Amino acid sequence: MSATFVGMPTFPVAAGTALADSQLRRNLAHATSTIRTKRAEVVREVDAWEQLRVAGATLKDRTLRHLDVYLEQLETALTAAGATVHWARDADEANRIVVDIARLHGTDEVVKVKSMTTAEIGLNDALEAAGIHAWETDLAELIVQLGDDLPSHILVPAIHRNRAEIREIFLREMERVGRPAPADLTDAPLELAAAARDHLREKFLRARVAVSGANFAVAETGTLAVVESEGNGRMCLTLPEVLISIVGIEKLLPTWADLDVFLQTLPRSSTGERMNPYTSLWSGVTPGDGPQQVHVVLLDNGRTDVLADTVGRQALRCIRCSACLNICPVYERTGGHSYGSVYPGPIGAILNPMMRGVGQDAQLDALPYASSLCGACFDVCPVRIDIPEVLVHLRTKVVDAHRGRRPTPQDLVMRAASWTLASSARTARSTRLAGLAARVLSRRGLRSAPGGRRVLGALPRPAAGWSGARDVPLPPAESFRSWWSRAGRDAR
Amino acid sequence: MTVGLLPTCLNDALFPEAAKAVVHLLRRLGVVVDVPGRQTCCGQPMINSGYLDEAVPLLRNHLAAVAGYEAIVVPSGSCAGSIRHQHRLVAQRSGDPALVRAVEQAPPVHDLSEFLVDVLDVVDVGAYFPHSVTYHPTCHSLRVLGVGDRPTRLLQAVRGLRWTDLPAAEECCGFGGTFAVKNPDTSIAMGSDKARHVQETGAEVLVAGDSSCLMHIGGLLGRQRAGVRVMHLAEVLASTEGLASTEGRAGPAR
Repeated sequence: MSATFVGMPTFPVAAGTALADSQLRRNLAHATSTIRTKRAEVVREVDAWEQLRVAGATLKDRTLRHLDVYLEQLETALTAAGATVHWARDADEANRIVVDIARLHGTDEVVKVKSMTTAEIGLNDALEAAGIHAWETDLAELIVQLGDDLPSHILVPAIHRNRAEIREIFLREMERVGRPAPADLTDAPLELAAAARDHLREKFLRARVAVSGANFAVAETGTLAVVESEGNGRMCLTLPEVLISIVGIEKLLPTWADLDVFLQTLPRSSTGERMNPYTSLWSGVTPGDGPQQVHVVLLDNGRTDVLADTVGRQALRCIRCSACLNICPVYERTGGHSYGSVYPGPIGAILNPMMRGVGQDAQLDALPYASSLCGACFDVCPVRIDIPEVLVHLRTKVVDAHRGRRPTPQDLVMRAASWTLASSARTARSTRLAGLAARVLSRRGLRSAPGGRRVLGALPRPAAGWSGARDVPLPPAESFRSWWSRAGRDAR
Repeated sequence: MTVGLLPTCLNDALFPEAAKAVVHLLRRLGVVVDVPGRQTCCGQPMINSGYLDEAVPLLRNHLAAVAGYEAIVVPSGSCAGSIRHQHRLVAQRSGDPALVRAVEQAPPVHDLSEFLVDVLDVVDVGAYFPHSVTYHPTCHSLRVLGVGDRPTRLLQAVRGLRWTDLPAAEECCGFGGTFAVKNPDTSIAMGSDKARHVQETGAEVLVAGDSSCLMHIGGLLGRQRAGVRVMHLAEVLASTEGLASTEGRAGPAR
């Protein structure tokens, strides 16, 4: 378990490398367009989709407004049902709680339900450091773990891999940690899935401790919910004696009935299914049935900082569906690793800087700029998170955090542009200068673009970022305003 | 009716033909057009890059310029969107209640396609443009303003125009303002796919309602010697038979 996001380069650098990976580009373009199409089809058939989005956003906002009340209600209900509730301020506290429980039961392994929260806190590494193996049982998480790889998608962490690559990983790695893959394994999906089933089965039957996250936590009834497709979650949640669930405090819903909205919007938005194959719901301990020790770790880890941001707190509505990743033209081309976090894509570009703070880390500060602000993510979000709005808000926070430090070239450009454009006289002077420069340049026999416009080719830095691949139109001899004053106002 | 035309800072400096086309088109439709003398830039480049303090003087200048007009027309979905949705943020940032009030009281702003279809209630603007055309719906016109099919209806009513659908039309071209220079590799990758789709249509002209996106896609197409021309929606709608040679008019053929 050595793969880590720590020390990742900033987004533009990482993206530059990813964009040159032809295999990655094909894998992602194929996978995201497939899920996008499926999602669009099953969303289109719901007449009340917009009402469901609004209901989801409203419910989440109301819960977040009274989070303190609902959290204590959840603790009371869980405790009454026989569960033990733990509170964790950050990743270290949460990891320590899990390690201690596992040690208490004298186990050297746990099986895991796919969980973004445990990925966020680096639980597997913390367990490994304590001599406890954490076995991922979700197919895509298994592929990532066996390949000593990093997750690149919230729902499908191995989305950057194709069938041929997965076959090679299984053949090479499975035997090192358990039941080997069949020697004659092909890359047929059925065979790959069967190899994973056989490999995982012995771990399900042997493990005495399971670790999960939760998609939802119902305060009223003390119910946790896991929504999944493969059934591996159901195995983990029912077979071992001990179950530890790590739950971000934003996962709360006030009442059982509130699940109604999200169990409609989540599967359609994430896997493009009307309903997910497995929905597991549990409250505490049922004597003689399922885990007899149930622990719930309620995790903050930066979430209250997000809650304190009046514009950014809408990100806590997120139900981790991945629709924003699948629709994002930037994500589709750069992949998830470029974002340097288990939360990639548009939601990652806002969640990571808010949970971990802006103005201290160049990698985090670059994330709000990893977007063309096209707005497609907002359109597909089932809880109406206005991601472009939050991106711009965070850009402002990044710029503000740097005010008073040595100005960057961008700072100087923006100040100069602000000074020039705040006055029409200064603006007119600068466009006249550009026009003069253009007249000088046009003596040099420039190429014409279709339509007759003269263009400049490749330019030196700093304009090279633009002109490396794009022609630059030569400024016109006369600006619109000059034309307006000279002829336009009185024409006709 | 008298409207104030904001040419946009980009059209003013680099694409005057697009702004002139709006003047000719609106006059042809009987609208009295004026250009607010003081106006320069809506401030979107600063706002979207996080420089709110730097946007405040531009907002003050903008509000002083547009005060008193019945309506404002902007040939850009992006600038119209910024004025409509972001100016409030800049005013709040300034801490000046008078500026906040001025934003609330500013005249209504319309993208060109909104103004034609919603205010003037015209779809056939009497244009003539005998060329094959494809149309890229820019992100901010589509998703921030919600202009819907207005530009498409306007173009399809143009006499002589041969329409072709653009594949993956609603996907961003990758311009994104400073995104194009802060993340040039990603921007170019997105733009290259857009340029490929444009070429797949076989169209002679790519039309859009934002010169910024056109500068990006057109720059890529030009570098590739693709032989496809880009034109602002206003230029196509301003084209009429026999006006090709008149100074300042966007002619139907070249």
